[in-house]
Amino acid sequence: MPATASTREVTIEINGLRRTGTVEARRLLVHFLREDLGLTGTHVGCDTSQCGACTVEIDGVAVKSCTVLAVMADGASITTIEGLTDGSGELSRVQKAFHDHHALQCGFCTPGMVMSVRNLLRENPNPSEREIRHGLAGNICRCTGYHNIVRAVESLASEGSVA
Amino acid sequence: MIPAAFDYVRASSLTQAIELLRDNPDGAKLVAGGHTLLPALKLRLAAPELLIDIRSVAEIKGIEIGETHVKIGALTTHSELSASEPLNNVFPIFRETARLLADPQVRNRGTIGGSLANADPAADWPAVVLALGAQLEIVGATGRRTVPAEDFFLDIFTTTLAPDEILASIQIPKPKTGTRYAYRKIRHPASGFAVVGVAIAVRMLDGVVDEASIGITGATNHAFVGKEAAEFLTGKALTRDNIDEAARMLSENTECLSDRYAPAEYRANLVRVELGRALLELSQ
Repeated sequence: MPATASTREVTIEINGLRRTGTVEARRLLVHFLREDLGLTGTHVGCDTSQCGACTVEIDGVAVKSCTVLAVMADGASITTIEGLTDGSGELSRVQKAFHDHHALQCGFCTPGMVMSVRNLLRENPNPSEREIRHGLAGNICRCTGYHNIVRAVESLASEGSVA
Repeated sequence: MIPAAFDYVRASSLTQAIELLRDNPDGAKLVAGGHTLLPALKLRLAAPELLIDIRSVAEIKGIEIGETHVKIGALTTHSELSASEPLNNVFPIFRETARLLADPQVRNRGTIGGSLANADPAADWPAVVLALGAQLEIVGATGRRTVPAEDFFLDIFTTTLAPDEILASIQIPKPKTGTRYAYRKIRHPASGFAVVGVAIAVRMLDGVVDEASIGITGATNHAFVGKEAAEFLTGKALTRDNIDEAARMLSENTECLSDRYAPAEYRANLVRVELGRALLELSQ
């Protein structure tokens, strides 16, 4: 182990804003987002890349931020759940569909689910129920509330844009 | 969970990454997707002094469809393998396999090179590269060498890669017209890894098997080629009897791993069942 913790300056574009920070090389991206930047919408569920609660978009694709180092994201562009609205309180399209279909119970998995739904709809704008379930395989709902999540995504199918 | 402290360098070329490996013979690890390494770091099963990030090394990215070969850069993610139309037009087995691997977020980040170099006995890609007769291009301080996939996997988490070598690409000879593929696996319900996975390439000519090759993962310490079963099938029609015999042969000749989820006897049966199902799929 190095005698002193190795730190790095990182610059990451997060939700359209340039953010900088000094992190240890071992700092996980999810901890950088939550603890250093206060973006606590991204949750830590399992911390073992199983549950998907920490899902964010790095350079346009959904990844589990508990399994990425902050230093590895240096120079990248990241969207978190906070980046889906413009601050006006207006929900994004996916969030609105979740609201309309009661696609959340305790809500803990919801930010990750929403980010994964965006990823799914980008790849397949008109998914079948089976494709929705397959596309959300990386997200676990501890309340087992999958039924309404699938309904919410079905309501978005073939509507077009993802945002 | 928080990894033990380490140093981090983002390498911009293979040469730089290899130098760093040579300069840190005991404590350096390469990282690309990081989806095997980071969980190991967090559990402190691994505690390297230095992480060499090779994600920016352009020379090992991308998929090239050449005249005689298809070349896949080691940094290609599972999602990219699944999404590439040119690749799947030649080898649809890449999409078929990627879909069965982990979950979308993991596929967006994990790489085929990482999967092969890590040589998890239950990983999917080793079976596929074996069935496709791939050559693995390896770069080290003294130059490049190419190793047949069959000679690459040595043991559990062990390959022929030297500590200062890097897997650069996977090169697959383009198939003869009419070659068909299948990948099937029994997926571990928790990890998503293959309890047993079977990859097959078969070319039929005048109703009989002209060429066949079989790659098996999950069953033993490392993925291997099912040579006898493939040789048995060559020149024969894919009838139920022939399929059953090939599957029995492969199963009986395999010394299977045992764990709490799947004892050896059960795994051997899965080898038989999965090869049989995959061949049946291709016979139709």
